[in-house]
Amino acid sequence: MPARADSGTGRIVASRREAMIGGLCLCCLPTVGRAAASFAMEEVGPGIFIRRGPHEEATPENNDGIANIGFIVGRDGVLVTESGGSLADGQWLRAEIRKRTDKPIRHVVLTHGHPDHCFGAGAFAEDRPSFIGHHRLRPLLDARGDYYRSRLADILGDDRAGSVVYPTQEVAGGAEIDLGGRILRVTAHGAAHTVSDLSMLDTQTGVLFPADLLFVTRTPSLDGSLLGWLKEAHMLGAIGAARAVPGHGPAMVEFAPAMAELTRYLSVLRDETRKAIAGGTPIEEAVNTVADSQRGNWALFDDYNGRNVTQAYKELEWE
Amino acid sequence: MNAPSLALGVILAAAVLGSPAFAAGPDDPGREERWQNIAAYIFEGRKIEPTDTLIKIEAPKRAMDAALVPIILTTAGNGDIKGVHLVIDDNPSPYAAHVTFGPAADPAVLKLRVRIDTYTNVHAIAETKDGRLYQTAAFVKASGGCSAPIGVSDEEAMQGMGEMKMKFAGDPLSGGSIEATLMVRHPNFSGMQMNQITRLYRPAHYIDKIVVSYGDTEVVTIAGDISISSDPVFNFSFVPDGPGPMKVVVSDTEGGRWEQTFEAIAASN
Repeated sequence: MPARADSGTGRIVASRREAMIGGLCLCCLPTVGRAAASFAMEEVGPGIFIRRGPHEEATPENNDGIANIGFIVGRDGVLVTESGGSLADGQWLRAEIRKRTDKPIRHVVLTHGHPDHCFGAGAFAEDRPSFIGHHRLRPLLDARGDYYRSRLADILGDDRAGSVVYPTQEVAGGAEIDLGGRILRVTAHGAAHTVSDLSMLDTQTGVLFPADLLFVTRTPSLDGSLLGWLKEAHMLGAIGAARAVPGHGPAMVEFAPAMAELTRYLSVLRDETRKAIAGGTPIEEAVNTVADSQRGNWALFDDYNGRNVTQAYKELEWE
Repeated sequence: MNAPSLALGVILAAAVLGSPAFAAGPDDPGREERWQNIAAYIFEGRKIEPTDTLIKIEAPKRAMDAALVPIILTTAGNGDIKGVHLVIDDNPSPYAAHVTFGPAADPAVLKLRVRIDTYTNVHAIAETKDGRLYQTAAFVKASGGCSAPIGVSDEEAMQGMGEMKMKFAGDPLSGGSIEATLMVRHPNFSGMQMNQITRLYRPAHYIDKIVVSYGDTEVVTIAGDISISSDPVFNFSFVPDGPGPMKVVVSDTEGGRWEQTFEAIAASN
């Protein structure tokens, strides 16, 4: 960001705020703990409906509806951008779709294997959509699906948790989906947030759906590759999208400043973890110190940063 | 080893003790009873004295990653310590590790990374050369560390199995001890990770023994179990006598065997 180059400390902070906020405000940060019910479906673009997920962990009250989920309506049908965090969350989403359109639900995107994004898929089984997923999603669900399901069932109960749904349309590289004159371009990414990340571009509006490759104001969770995530973030930037629907955070953001903020966190995590390893700082100390300067920028920082440092340390200590 | 093998701990946990879900804190009477049962089994009824000095354990109060919980064991008593045992009371297989110190070892500090499945006491036991046992414990809050999936697939998790890396810290010319960090690529399958399609648990497949020597002298022998994290990392100290090299022999429960040597002195000129 050029604004930083010629600035002193105060200016840096100011420009970072501008960058981070992207039209929003920092006062959104302390809203951790707000009930999920207060987050309603919002039309953020023509035919694009998104429910903002709260910055919470899965609870019986929120049905694990903590991610930004929603749908896109085309001429011939509906595409679900994210299915929801549980069967109950997916059922809620399906009801919201049916309040607005009777068009067939033809596609459900499984953006990656984390439960808050893919456990709502079962709610759409009756629509017989294509479940679109990364070509590495299936093996990931093979390894983790049942673990995720049982952990979710512990919190929500078996009936509300849902089941593992496998992709029926696997994407390696890229794919195009036509909703009837509205083309969505899907990209399968290398290991980044997870090893199964998909992003999607709505060519009609230019809105990017990076899913969890973009966290805004909620501490990112690292479960794929730190170096890979930085690389994929850079590649997403090359698309030049002005606006995006992040996996967590506001329903719509200006893409460049939001991704710059995420990249800042990941870069600090990478640089300080490398420094810790090189300097002989053991992992049990690194988890308390690495990236601590970023604490003020992210909700649920204490729940995720130490874990991210652990993942980063594991990845980078073999360099 | 005259104590029961580490693997038998699995049977112990499942058959003898059951698996009560302790929601209570560290001082719940059930915990002490469980520890007494485990200790009687592993140490065959030998007396175990509590200590605040001979061995200390450092562990996070709440694990950030239940599949990778860093543990630090420090011992006093210089040359009197023959070995240390690590017991994670409420893990499915409680007897996590047994480390024996050889003549070239400095037993002062030992670090390892473990899986912790639930809220539990973690006991560290020091064994002296005259056969006395001393224990201390730390309470750790964690969940799901043993059943947590490892990688994207079994095949991927097994890539590079047996690959090793060693780091040394400290001045070999000072006459003092050198700190060694040993890293080994291995999924250390716990036997509790399920395959979604087959509905079968991936059989346990883990490193059960690591022997480290320097020149002709033994440094440490580590007997491990399913509670050791994937891609295990051990940190120990040794006093180099002569040019080495350090030799590491790793073996696992499926007959895998990997051997590598490392130059401790040359690295620092």
